[in-house]
Amino acid sequence: MPTVSMTVNGKKVSGEVEGRTLLVQFLRENLHLTGTHVGCDTSQCGACVVHVNGDSMKSCTLLAVQAEGAEVTTIEGLADGDTLHPMQEAFRDNHGLQCGFCTPGMVMSAVDLVKKNPKASEHEIREWLEGNICRCTGYHNIVKSIQQAQQTM
Amino acid sequence: MYDFAYHKPSSVSDAVAARSGAEDGTYVAGGMTLVPTLKQRLAQPSDLIDLGSVSELKGITVSGDTVTIGAMTTHATVANSADVQSVIPALAALAGMIGDPQVRNRGTIGGSVANNDPAADYPAACLALGAIIKTDKREIAADDFFTGMFETALEDGEMIVSVSFPKPQKASYQKFINPASRYALVGVFAAQTGGGARVAVTGAGQDGVFRVPEMESALGANWSPEAVAGVSVDAGTLNADIHASAEYRAHLITVMAKRAVAAAS
Repeated sequence: MPTVSMTVNGKKVSGEVEGRTLLVQFLRENLHLTGTHVGCDTSQCGACVVHVNGDSMKSCTLLAVQAEGAEVTTIEGLADGDTLHPMQEAFRDNHGLQCGFCTPGMVMSAVDLVKKNPKASEHEIREWLEGNICRCTGYHNIVKSIQQAQQTM
Repeated sequence: MYDFAYHKPSSVSDAVAARSGAEDGTYVAGGMTLVPTLKQRLAQPSDLIDLGSVSELKGITVSGDTVTIGAMTTHATVANSADVQSVIPALAALAGMIGDPQVRNRGTIGGSVANNDPAADYPAACLALGAIIKTDKREIAADDFFTGMFETALEDGEMIVSVSFPKPQKASYQKFINPASRYALVGVFAAQTGGGARVAVTGAGQDGVFRVPEMESALGANWSPEAVAGVSVDAGTLNADIHASAEYRAHLITVMAKRAVAAAS
């Protein structure tokens, strides 16, 4: 079995995987980082979004071996100890979640947007969330959360 | 997903060697189509040859009036490239409309062109702009490359290295998006090129992407939305599925062609 090594949330990790092991499986089952969710498993819903070398990607559509040597950040890597990341804080302040299932992916996707396009308009925020599906909120409060984080990040 | 042997070559020659040494191998570029296909067990390759570390396949160069994009260049890179935005803005805009941001961060032009999905965007740009698809063996004109639904002129084991687009005088891609999949229900790429007007349609054809000669000759005489307004494509040659009937797609082709001509810059 191939051995895969990468940096996850600043920590060097490695493990034995099969070629077919998905990155999300490696994160959840090998590293027990279960904050990254598997929603649809067909790369539609975005619950599994993590950052790979600074870009948001769907970890259910990436093989673990494809992330060999990469810098991976998951939802667990955002907060600084007990201090939430400004995007997490914004989701809490604005009721940007209800059941919370899509939230890890929403937050990771949103952080990527604000880093790349800090002044994104409401329209651009909504377009950016194309790959993240939420069944609870109707998106309005998610957009509000991201707009708040644009000021605080 | 069935298991496979995994290879991560760092050069085109090593990749081609790994592919030819495999019993039933396949290249993986961004994997945005292949990984979901494997997950559904719709394919069972013996070997996966990952092109992600082949750095010679990445990057964008502009030489004179030609934009050359390495096969492993992502959609996000093309969409955000100042070079592509300035030389062929319609191509940068097209790349920015593919899938969603996470797909654009991972999916590549080489993968999209090699897959020739009948609803993919890049094949329309290749055909309308008269692109040249360069492989590890030869150069293939876009007109000869797309041979049918998911079918291309690529031989077994042949790999796309880059795609070169000549700068058009003006061009635009107009896409009627399937709101669920983000694929084109109908997409029309219209270009005024050195070789005349070219119009390519994706999302609609039973054999994948195709040109519309009647629209091209009408635009050759008069580049205006009115010139294509009266031209319609025979619905008998178009796809019908749960998303749209063939007649609706035929209607959309004319509408999107008018919009593309009007928006061309």
